[in-house]
Amino acid sequence: MKLRSILMAGAMSIAASGAWAACSFENDVPLKSLSAGFEAWKAVTDAMAECGNFSASLDQEFREKQPEAFAADPALYQIGGVSNATLVPLLNAGSVRPLDDLVEKYGQNLLPNQLIKVDGKVMAVAMMVNAQHLMYRNDVLADLGIDEPKTYGDVLAAAAQIKEAGVMDYPIGGTFKTGWNLGQEFINMYLGEGGSFFGDGNMPAINNDQGVAALEMMKAMTEFMDPEYLVSDSTYVQQQFQQGKIAMANLWASRAAAMNDEAESQVVGKVTMAAAPMGSAVPATTIWWDGIVLATNMSDEEADAAFRVALEGMDADTVSANNDVAVWLSTAYTPGDLAAGAAASAEGGAKAYPASGPMGIMHTSLGNGLADYLTGAKDAQTTLADIEADYITAAKEAGLISN
Amino acid sequence: MNFRTFATFVGPSVFMMLLFIAFPLVSVFKQSFYITQPIYETVETETCTPGFLTQTCVTEQVSQPKLDDDGKIITRTDFVGLQSYRNVLEPERAWRAISDGNWNVLSTINFWKALRFTLTFTLITLPLVVVCGLGIAILINNAARSIRGPVIFVSLLPFIITPVIGVLSINWLFRGDGILTAMMEWWLNRDIALFAQAWTIEVLMMLYRVWHVAPFAAIIFYAGLQTVNQDSLESAVIDGATRWQRLKYIVIPHLMPLIIFVSMIHLMDSYRVFEEIVGFSSQGYVISLQWLTFDYLTPDQAGNRSISRASANSMLTMIGVVILLIFPLRRTWRDHKGGH
Repeated sequence: MKLRSILMAGAMSIAASGAWAACSFENDVPLKSLSAGFEAWKAVTDAMAECGNFSASLDQEFREKQPEAFAADPALYQIGGVSNATLVPLLNAGSVRPLDDLVEKYGQNLLPNQLIKVDGKVMAVAMMVNAQHLMYRNDVLADLGIDEPKTYGDVLAAAAQIKEAGVMDYPIGGTFKTGWNLGQEFINMYLGEGGSFFGDGNMPAINNDQGVAALEMMKAMTEFMDPEYLVSDSTYVQQQFQQGKIAMANLWASRAAAMNDEAESQVVGKVTMAAAPMGSAVPATTIWWDGIVLATNMSDEEADAAFRVALEGMDADTVSANNDVAVWLSTAYTPGDLAAGAAASAEGGAKAYPASGPMGIMHTSLGNGLADYLTGAKDAQTTLADIEADYITAAKEAGLISN
Repeated sequence: MNFRTFATFVGPSVFMMLLFIAFPLVSVFKQSFYITQPIYETVETETCTPGFLTQTCVTEQVSQPKLDDDGKIITRTDFVGLQSYRNVLEPERAWRAISDGNWNVLSTINFWKALRFTLTFTLITLPLVVVCGLGIAILINNAARSIRGPVIFVSLLPFIITPVIGVLSINWLFRGDGILTAMMEWWLNRDIALFAQAWTIEVLMMLYRVWHVAPFAAIIFYAGLQTVNQDSLESAVIDGATRWQRLKYIVIPHLMPLIIFVSMIHLMDSYRVFEEIVGFSSQGYVISLQWLTFDYLTPDQAGNRSISRASANSMLTMIGVVILLIFPLRRTWRDHKGGH
């Protein structure tokens, strides 16, 4: 008897969720999407699935699969989730289609801000932005009478004070894991110092005063970090925050909601989101967007259906139901305290991540080469020179620099 | 057995070997001498990305690959000789470092850094695996018959665990405030960070590898122990040989072919050390040759990958394995010839 009622309840709940109630039309074209797997994508693809005939692949390795899957004819996925960096290989290969006509037909509710234009043509529709910005423990800083840090100088001073007061051994957290994360930290700092990465003909141009300044600031921060910083990724920093082990970190806006998750966090309500600390020129962070693209290699009918399903996925219902999951680009989004940091960084003039083919190589070279400076194996100039040399080798092999 | 029967039996496996091992190898060998790259053109493009209230548009020169009429990227393949090998080995820089006697510089060049660790790792774990394996085998052999089954099972467990999972569990046990680190900190009453310098990571990696592989060696040696001539052992006891002397003069010589076999397998395996690097995310401090190939092959977010350097590096890795195997192989060859 009991078992039967449980089964019944289960069947009822499946029936309820499977009734495509929330979708404004019934989709009869089989569609598939491939995107990253973080929370916002889960919300969006769940909403898309309500239209029926849709299956989503949420895959952390999507960036390796996407170029090949979209180059196939017909494309293996109709809808792709990309960010500003992962759009580059698809654009290069011409495997994503312009969306102007579809936007005109169905996109009345889109903000002009959401349309990613390349050479005047809409190539992607963004749904959210993400940026690293300063998160700090308001209680710890207030106890010691420290004001909100505005620059990295302030951050270091605050860290020294916290350490001296004996509140924490390692007040700063950082996503310094060797590889992509570490490369990203340098890119933030370097852009904050006002540097630019390339000269003419895709030649590297990072071995300069701004580069050295960025490196020195990173090293200064590591003095206040857990000594295992070279293995610390975003999840690790998030946990350090949640467990009350660190007081400040430049962390992704998409991680902000986790600070107030009562199931995991011991610091609910004690973390303030602030603008990324200023470098000499602009806030030391980069702005990223995530959004959807449609494959070139499919019929126009499929594209029509895919676009409608994709818009359903990021409509007002999804956004208001998942308001705190991301910094959404939508009229339905009410920016709360959690979005304040990303917004303030953007207002301060933070730059968009300068995604391009050469930048992909540069990011990898930086990620692999910076650790030698932080561990003390090389000085700053040698490190930057070696990274440039590594970049040149890889860029020549990729054909981006002529021999 | 006549040739026909022999060929029918061996044929399928030779075919498989050719298809799945020899041809890919030839292809990798060939790719290491060629470079395939898209043909880029420089165009001026305006890109608009979302800001918070308005869009930010930038106009800049970008390199964009040319597409053919079917919308495929036009690529060009050039023969470059040993260029990719030179890119991996960086001989000029390496030679300058060696002639200056500056080992620190040498150990910051990726290939040499990886080679240094791979060799240390292989050569240090080798004797440990053999000794531990032999120890476990003797332990099992001397255990009472009633508990022998469970003892074998327990000692085999580490070998059964999937390598990546094994590495990750070691990582989590020792990382940050992992249970074991926390225990050591409490015991020694000082702050310990095992993942903050190269040597501790290397020690952990070697410990893990020995823990993981020793059971394999043990089970082979245990099988060998069953065939030791009992008469020789008994006469040795009558002659007053100690336990140690019996081991040294009877058991080990008897097991020698197996020891060589285990060493060869271990040399091949540990020269391709990889899971440890990924599982410990130790790239900042320690890398291995196999990991380097993997790193060249992994596309960055713009989709670039270094196939040619990856091919060159994997050829170099293979050459390294062959060189290492020459020593045990020569010995087996001599024994083989002497035996007839």
